[in-house]
Amino acid sequence: MIANLPFIAIALLIGIAFAIILLKKNMIKMVMGIGIMESAVNLFLITIGYREEGIAPIFTSAPEGSVMVLPTVQALTLTNIVIGVAATALMISMIMIIYKKYGTINSDKMRRLKE
Amino acid sequence: MNLLLDNLPALLIAVPLLGAFLVPVIGRFLPKIRDAWIILVSFLASLAAVITAAAVFLKGTLVYVFGAAAVSSAADSGGIPFRIIFTIDGFGAFMLLSAAIVSFAVVLYLVASQKERSGKSEFYALYLLLTAGIFGMVSTGDLFNFFVFLEINTLAGAALVSYHRKGGIAVEGAIKYLIVNTVGGLMVLFSIGLLYAQYNSLNMAFLASQMTWTTLNIVALVLFITALGMKAGAVPFHFATPDAYSVAPSGITAVMVVASQAGLYGLFRVLFTLYGGSINTVTIGWVIIILGILSMVIGVTMALPQKDIKRLLAYHAVSQTGYMLLGVGVAFAVLGDPAATAAFGQTAMEGGLFHIINHALYKGLLFLAVGAVIYRTGVWSLNKLGGLGHNMKWTMVFFLIGALAIAGIPPFNGFASKLMIYESVFAFNPALSIIAMVVSILTLASFMKVFHSVFMGPRLPEYENVKEVPKLMIAGMIILTIFVIGFGLVPDLVVDSIVSPAAAALLNQGSYITAVLGGGL
Repeated sequence: MIANLPFIAIALLIGIAFAIILLKKNMIKMVMGIGIMESAVNLFLITIGYREEGIAPIFTSAPEGSVMVLPTVQALTLTNIVIGVAATALMISMIMIIYKKYGTINSDKMRRLKE
Repeated sequence: MNLLLDNLPALLIAVPLLGAFLVPVIGRFLPKIRDAWIILVSFLASLAAVITAAAVFLKGTLVYVFGAAAVSSAADSGGIPFRIIFTIDGFGAFMLLSAAIVSFAVVLYLVASQKERSGKSEFYALYLLLTAGIFGMVSTGDLFNFFVFLEINTLAGAALVSYHRKGGIAVEGAIKYLIVNTVGGLMVLFSIGLLYAQYNSLNMAFLASQMTWTTLNIVALVLFITALGMKAGAVPFHFATPDAYSVAPSGITAVMVVASQAGLYGLFRVLFTLYGGSINTVTIGWVIIILGILSMVIGVTMALPQKDIKRLLAYHAVSQTGYMLLGVGVAFAVLGDPAATAAFGQTAMEGGLFHIINHALYKGLLFLAVGAVIYRTGVWSLNKLGGLGHNMKWTMVFFLIGALAIAGIPPFNGFASKLMIYESVFAFNPALSIIAMVVSILTLASFMKVFHSVFMGPRLPEYENVKEVPKLMIAGMIILTIFVIGFGLVPDLVVDSIVSPAAAALLNQGSYITAVLGGGL
């Protein structure tokens, strides 16, 4: 049970993130929802690489017979954090331009395209 | 020379990537040669792609292992490949070819059409990044690598869509595209995590060799289909596509079509190579077929009432994506039945894949021609345009060729692939084939309306002084036109030399696995 706690947390986080992205009208909050989803995926990647009593995966100084956590998923997480920063920065700068031009960040009021 | 040829798959990514980061430097210090530099880099990248594709069609699947002593052997750790690996088989080479043609033609067009604009250095840098993203997506053999290139593709694409703000509406379209595709990207990453948790590998060939029918794999498959369907712009995830396509600079929209087809590539790769026969292909095949039919019908019915000329074309892009999904979906539905595959499954597959390259070519041509009209007049609305055929003869001819090709009129390439889809789908289920034909007729009707209201009619006073577009823009359109007509005149040759290998590569999951892992496993 206790070992499954991270997975329950991940499911909850993803659910919350989806609810925010789909239900909130404020664009900044939508970006925050995407941030939460990104963290949930990162947490998932780290969790599947975790091993009970695992140590850092450095072969040269590892004691005999020790268990290591998986290094690949950590590399994936690091990459995803970098990609996430780029995506968030781009989204927020776009929202700034929209606020300047439209005077609102409510997604319901962004209707100029449809006219 | 041999060193260059051996490392071609690395050059595919290295040339556009390095070229992209040098563009702002060159633009800062030597602004005069910037345009020449862009054309050169794009030409070299496309050349690398074409040579790679030719090598694959002649010699079979190409495996390239980054950082290994022998670049073409993957399994160097007890049979489990662990390095970053590029696996370019017939299907990847086919997509490379389509991306190479369109991206080079569009560069010529952009150099002329962006001449008066500001901020060109960053614009071209993003354009080359987008090219690198597309090339990477279609050539990688590693799932995480695929995700990284998908994100490069999405970020560069969204930034390009919003580049000319147009009072904010371009940004509005871009952010919708970006939000949808970022969420899609995270779904892809989550399913990659699900697969890694079970098999401890990211290599597609190794995963494919281990794949079984488990609940987690089904969850991963559903997420893959949803996320890559979003990228490809198929119904019911199509809402961002028309918004982004209609506001992007015209040349960029032509490349965005290829960028979204890279998503389609991912979808087919996951279905056929990664999962293959390990899942219930009939059910999943029907899911793909229904998505295709919905895309076709909803896309074309939404296109009919549009007044904005680029938005109309964007809805047609959704509709045409449906044809590809239909053809390939039928092939997937009969994957477990060798007799049906031989009878019509393979043809359906070839038709669907052939339609991918055809769509990239003629839709690219249409977007460029419409872009030429907007470039000279500055008007989007069909109600205001008219009589341009008098002053823009070349553009009119290009638009007409593109319009006839998309409607499936012989002798253009759209006819060749649509005929293959009609015939094979009719053998599978006649009703589906009839829907496809009706959609085609509606497409023709819609394009005749556009052609008539933009180019026909008397010369309008406000467009009295409109001139033909610059020569480089025409050169870009001519490249695409040559392929549109050429593919339509000799469809058998094209199908035999590039489409059949692509279809065979997807249908034969074992050959992909063997190419990477060797016969030992």
